[in-house]
Amino acid sequence: MTEFDVAVIGAGPAGLAASIEAARRGCRVLLMDSNLRPGGQLVKQIHKFFGSKEHRAGTRGIDIAVGLHREALEAGVVFWPDTSVYGVFPGGALGAVRGMLGGEPRGVVVRASTLILATGASENAVNFPGWTLPGVMGAGAAQTMINVERVLPGRKVLMVGSGNVGLIVSYQLMQAGADVEAVVEALPRVGGYGVHAAKISRAGVPILTSHTVLRAFGETEITGAEIARIDESWTPVPGTSRRVDADLICIAAGLRPYARLAMLAGCRMTYSSALGGWLPLHDRAMRTSVPGVYVAGDVGGVEEASTALEEGRIAGISASERLGMIGAADAARDREEAEARLSSLRMGPFGRPRYDAKEAIYEEGANACPRP
Amino acid sequence: MRIVHHPVLGEQPAARTVEVTVDGRKVVAREGETIAAALMAAGIKVHRYTRRKGAPRGLFCAIGQCTDCVMIVNGMPNVRTCVTPVADGMTVETQRGGGPAQAGGNTRRRSAGSGDRVRDGDD
Repeated sequence: MTEFDVAVIGAGPAGLAASIEAARRGCRVLLMDSNLRPGGQLVKQIHKFFGSKEHRAGTRGIDIAVGLHREALEAGVVFWPDTSVYGVFPGGALGAVRGMLGGEPRGVVVRASTLILATGASENAVNFPGWTLPGVMGAGAAQTMINVERVLPGRKVLMVGSGNVGLIVSYQLMQAGADVEAVVEALPRVGGYGVHAAKISRAGVPILTSHTVLRAFGETEITGAEIARIDESWTPVPGTSRRVDADLICIAAGLRPYARLAMLAGCRMTYSSALGGWLPLHDRAMRTSVPGVYVAGDVGGVEEASTALEEGRIAGISASERLGMIGAADAARDREEAEARLSSLRMGPFGRPRYDAKEAIYEEGANACPRP
Repeated sequence: MRIVHHPVLGEQPAARTVEVTVDGRKVVAREGETIAAALMAAGIKVHRYTRRKGAPRGLFCAIGQCTDCVMIVNGMPNVRTCVTPVADGMTVETQRGGGPAQAGGNTRRRSAGSGDRVRDGDD
């Protein structure tokens, strides 16, 4: 049995930030991640972030991850990589397996009175005949292969989905040496930022709105796909289908909160279409309906790395408050600073719907999430 | 194909190599990379065949969530190749169904995760 004040699950931007804030306020913090290296999805972000300086605009995600990890260790955070938490038990005990990826797997029980869940999100899938064939994968999977493993998963690519993930991964696949044959988007408009769409459009990649993939061709690996125009009711328009040769079909159909541990912990769940689906209800201080359990980052609603980081800070401050490391007034003041930065990130045509959705969650959570 | 030159990441740094055996074939891998990366670099895309339909499966999520890429590694079935690093002398085998029962494989249903990312009922 290992005992800590705060257990943080997930070492992406949210979990790292939460750990840093809690450790700096005197909490004994254990940060766990199922992967071998910290950083979550930051490690495959090789594009420069934009926004304001305080949100590390101009810095590549991979460098942000290295910096946060160093800050966490300097603050005294204990980091356990290769640790999969499988159970949340009453009374603050966690069941975990360490060493599944390297060495001998062994079970451990971790005791911590305060829990911060920063488990992130998982990619949505799109089902079509042939979608289980090798060569069809999540856009995030392709991104991991090219940017982390530096192996090209295909040379001729069909990208399904034109949100920011679809657009950015298309561009990064081209940087890695692949040809992107087309991006298909079921909606009548491009989903992601214009700046990302322009980059691939300039390079000659057609972004086909009101189009979808009907099937993938191939026996043991894909050889191509059939795409077609769809009408307002998402029905393929007869006579518009055509074949695209491809050895890689990437699915970029959005993300959903990866909230299994939150459910295990007994957190009340709520649904938000704008934030990716079912998520643990929480208030502005990132408290859930279960006393001592906090959330931060995509698990509490899919947004972006910079918002995850700020939510992590807030959760770390709230955990410190609960443990008596800081008073209520100090905690409120510290949170306010992060909240102001969060609001500035939730502006504009893409940010505003997330701002509204988050405010609705906070409002619902205000009554359901007990204060310390 | 390995991405040796990259406009943002630069040249791929040198790494020690290890040798793994995939279905009897020798594959040279870079130390520290995942089994799935080594296989993809060697042009191997099929990791397993499903239990009932014998349908081929390969890499899908690449972050250890969907369990579609599991193979038999050093005799143990259901190893997630997308998150497990290679090691020198490792043997990797294409998995059929749950893998051989005598090796701990479950012939009725795969024992590795069975989450919302499993791509259909035919595990």
